[in-house]
Amino acid sequence: MMTSVNNAEMAGSDSAMIELRKLNKWYGDFHVLRDIDLTVRKGERIVICGPSGSGKSTMIRCINRLEEHQQGDIIINGREMTNDLKDIEQVRMEVGMVFQHFNLFPHLTVLENCTLAPIWVRKQPRKEAEAIAMQYLERVRIPDQADKYPGQLSGGQQQRVAIARSLCMNPQVMLFDEPTSALDPEMIKEVLDVMVELANEGMTMLCVTHEMGFAKTVADRVIFMDEGQIVEENEPESFFNNPQSERTKLFLSQILQH
Amino acid sequence: MSLFDPGMINTEYAADLLSLILQALPVTLSMAGGAMVLSLSLALLLALFRVFEIPVARQLSEFYISFFRGTPLLVQLFMLYYGLPQLIPELKQMTAFHAATLGLGLHFAAYKSEIIRAAITGIDKAQMEAALSVGMTRLQAMRRIVLPQAARIAVPSLMNSFIDLLKSTSLAFTLGVAEIMATAQLEAASSFRFMESYLVLALVYWLLVIVFTELQKIAEKRLGEAY
Repeated sequence: MMTSVNNAEMAGSDSAMIELRKLNKWYGDFHVLRDIDLTVRKGERIVICGPSGSGKSTMIRCINRLEEHQQGDIIINGREMTNDLKDIEQVRMEVGMVFQHFNLFPHLTVLENCTLAPIWVRKQPRKEAEAIAMQYLERVRIPDQADKYPGQLSGGQQQRVAIARSLCMNPQVMLFDEPTSALDPEMIKEVLDVMVELANEGMTMLCVTHEMGFAKTVADRVIFMDEGQIVEENEPESFFNNPQSERTKLFLSQILQH
Repeated sequence: MSLFDPGMINTEYAADLLSLILQALPVTLSMAGGAMVLSLSLALLLALFRVFEIPVARQLSEFYISFFRGTPLLVQLFMLYYGLPQLIPELKQMTAFHAATLGLGLHFAAYKSEIIRAAITGIDKAQMEAALSVGMTRLQAMRRIVLPQAARIAVPSLMNSFIDLLKSTSLAFTLGVAEIMATAQLEAASSFRFMESYLVLALVYWLLVIVFTELQKIAEKRLGEAY
């Protein structure tokens, strides 16, 4: 757990949005995250890739405490993630998350999906929350679907609503957990386009994805994970053209072959 | 001579009895309504104790459900109305109507809490995660996201339980509540017209259940609008 010395260090590195220090996590006996060290600066775009079971999703789910870690520190925007519920809720307000399966609320309309948290968590007046939600729905290009239910939309549309829902909380960081993996191929682009726009506006982003085109276009750094460890991290250019570890080379050869 | 002669049915008597039963109907309905509200509120609380795994409260909830499902309703009503006042003299002021309503409420809460718990567990965990990820507390997520979806799943079973409760109000006549069963029973005993008495009574219960089944269809349709 964090000490006062760590606090002083934090104050010094104020451009760090997310810091993971010696992060360890186990599921029972299974050591799923091993000594993860990662610093994400404000405005940085990071793509995380790696084989399934490598701990990518678990790592980003630790950042907003959907998973608990057992060892090490997680510091978000100067706030350490402990068992303090107030801290956790505060961090979750600042950290948006987009899930592989969208996880929209099926009993609420698209607009209600977007206004629920602003109204009940941020205590925004309904009218104001709706106006903001409509702005974001326009940005993800589906304002005309505002009164429909999620079940009436395509996968790509649902994922764009999910992005808008997160943005309505005005987050400092966005986490993407394989946002295009559950989509039909022709819908991937519409979601990636929205994500590229978001990146270009300076949003701090951590994105678990195998969309290597996306990584090359927007990522400041690409991180490769295997067996719960960060094996390699580099700028996209060097990462793809000149991978260092054998494990990375093997992985890239397997996903880029076709 | 045939075994069954419809001419034996005295329609005039049946009509008179029906009007007496309808006069007692508010007693039956208010008992059912009161017990429904009580059982539903208590059931939700018991279910949440178990879903959130709150220490002590969870165990108490399990004990409660075990007892009220494990013993007959009639025994519970007798214990409550005849037994408990011997232990706690203040309870002697409790009317039979209140005892019956309370007893029915406590009994059906056990069943309803299992229905509600199953419905909550049936909602994808990802819904709770999505709600937490936008900064909601677990209680807010439960109230705004999980329970509304669980309600849709639970409505048919809850209505089943309510129908059971409505018919079980007939047991209150054993405590001396002047509800519709007691009315029919009293009339049958003095007129010896058992068939007419209980047939009219049965039809009244049946009609009530049909009305509530229609209400259930409306509720299901409204809750299913989004799907």
